[in-house]
Amino acid sequence: MNANVSAANEPVLKLKDIRKTFGGVTAIENFSLDVHPGEIVALVGDNGAGKSTLIKIISGVYTPTSGTITIENQTVAMSNATMARGHGIEVVYQDLALADQQTVYMNMFLGREPVNRFGLLDRRRMIAETETLVKELDVRIPSAHATIRDLSGGQRQGVAIARATHWASKLILLDEPTAALGVAETAKVEEIVESLKRRNIGVLIISHSLDQVFKLSDRICVLRRGKQIGIRETAKTDKNEIIAMITGLQQH
Amino acid sequence: MSSAHSSASGQPASLVNRLNLQQYVVYLGFLVIFLFFAIVLKDSGFLTVRNLSNIMLQTAPVTIMAIGLVFVMSAGEIDLSIGSTVAVSALAAAVTVNDYGLGAGIIAGIGAGLLIGLLNGVLVAYVKLPSFLVTLATLGLFAGVSRSMTNLRSIPVTDSTFTGFFGSGSFLGVPSLIWWTVVAVACGHVIYRETRFGAHVLATGDNSRAASVSGISVPRIRLAVLLISGGLAGLAGLLYAGRLQAAKYTLGETDLMTVIAAVIVGGTLLNGGKGTIIGALVGSLMMGMLNNGLILMGLSVSDQMIVRGLIILAAVAVSLREKSR
Ligand SMILES: Nc1ncnc2c1ncn2[C@@H]1O[C@H](COP(=O)(O)OP(=O)(O)OP(=O)(O)O)[C@@H](O)[C@H]1O
Ligand SMILES: [Mg+2]
Repeated sequence: MNANVSAANEPVLKLKDIRKTFGGVTAIENFSLDVHPGEIVALVGDNGAGKSTLIKIISGVYTPTSGTITIENQTVAMSNATMARGHGIEVVYQDLALADQQTVYMNMFLGREPVNRFGLLDRRRMIAETETLVKELDVRIPSAHATIRDLSGGQRQGVAIARATHWASKLILLDEPTAALGVAETAKVEEIVESLKRRNIGVLIISHSLDQVFKLSDRICVLRRGKQIGIRETAKTDKNEIIAMITGLQQH
Repeated sequence: MSSAHSSASGQPASLVNRLNLQQYVVYLGFLVIFLFFAIVLKDSGFLTVRNLSNIMLQTAPVTIMAIGLVFVMSAGEIDLSIGSTVAVSALAAAVTVNDYGLGAGIIAGIGAGLLIGLLNGVLVAYVKLPSFLVTLATLGLFAGVSRSMTNLRSIPVTDSTFTGFFGSGSFLGVPSLIWWTVVAVACGHVIYRETRFGAHVLATGDNSRAASVSGISVPRIRLAVLLISGGLAGLAGLLYAGRLQAAKYTLGETDLMTVIAAVIVGGTLLNGGKGTIIGALVGSLMMGMLNNGLILMGLSVSDQMIVRGLIILAAVAVSLREKSR
């Protein structure tokens, strides 16, 4: 892949010695990682390894106990999700973070609703932009007016991904974006993730599917019980090595 | 991104059901009760213009409070304290208006409501206590305050501008209480449906975590809805004081149940995320009509309470059953 190209660029995201504790429990320790524009980095590890926690630290939901986050050469202290969004970072959370009883278009613009000159919601614009986007990404939903809870799991996932890709300018964090999806839908999401590369957006994707990880990623970062076990270039490793790193057992 | 037919085949039937019953149950109920009284009470003066406009006038404070509660409940909270805010505000207004004039009376009345809203709001949004417990406590607290404010005495309101403005007056031939209702419903509806604030209130009640990661300040929304509710309960207090030309600690005492019923029957979800201001208006008119009709039917006070309770129970059951899934 184009790891050599992006390596020349400045990283869009730089994590250094990130540590996070919840009360007495250490969820993440000594975590360092760079993500370059147009690069896809996979984050793998068993359940409870700390992957979602790491995503939430980058997106500003949690403040790290120690360590620094640098976005495009600027060290940032993010105390809430708005700030991450201000830096062009978008997230697809594991639970999707959709408001179930609201429409697709309201969710697409949640927190960023456009208004007309009277200060009233510009629904026409939200609906039009949602429809364009949904068509572009081939997310098959009944309409922009549909209520989220009337959608299937895959359709909801589609809405969350469409929202993130619409707003992201630098970095997208995806927490198990295909966990609930069928074969065709998974392929669709993978296609969307690859298209982000062309937009020169950095991607950090969590996945339990090693097939997917090897298909999509430029580099693979392994977490085990909050510890960073290592980072490998996808082209220079294989599944056995990654499995050994995830489980801590040598495979022969 | 699943195939389109999965939603096309399964959903429509239930969608149609929900739309029909859930959103129109209040209008249907309103019509049924109206027709029932119109037929049963046709010789008792139910249908006279005077009686119908009386219902509207008596309903005004409940409607105003219901608007506030739609915001609160849509944000996933509850405000029980409105039951005693009304009396505190009415008394505060009555005491000041007699000595310091109209402006001071209005400021004192609305201000008292906003202060109670502020107290609720800070405790709920920033101390992070559940609104049910906070407002249950402030309901009791301010019931006590309203009693001690004037030693259980009733305070007459003598300022005729005040009583005209909030009670018996009229403008362009329309009674002022109806103006207040129309203006409050119109403003409430536009803010609720057409502004970012309204959208953020709904998102907060629907999924506060999603709202928060979307950059919505959830605590600020919680504070705001409780402030709105307190302020509107204060306005309701002014309307009572204006119409009755007096304020007493008992004002609004029995309104809490009526307001909650009006809002829920009107189509607002108890758990937040969905609601309607117009529905709440129709819901409270329905409650007012019910009160009025049962009195005209000559039911004793205790029978009125029982029948009213049963009808509210039935209405709430129908509207909630349709909404829960
Ligand atoms: N808010 C919290 N308070 C306390 N402990 C937490 C909190 N969030 C996460 N943890 C703990 O941190 C550890 C890492 O959790 P995390 O959700 O990041 O795992 P994960 O790698 O995403 O797992 P999965 O693959 O199951 O999604 C777990 O032991 C979890 O119990
Ligand atoms: Mg996780």
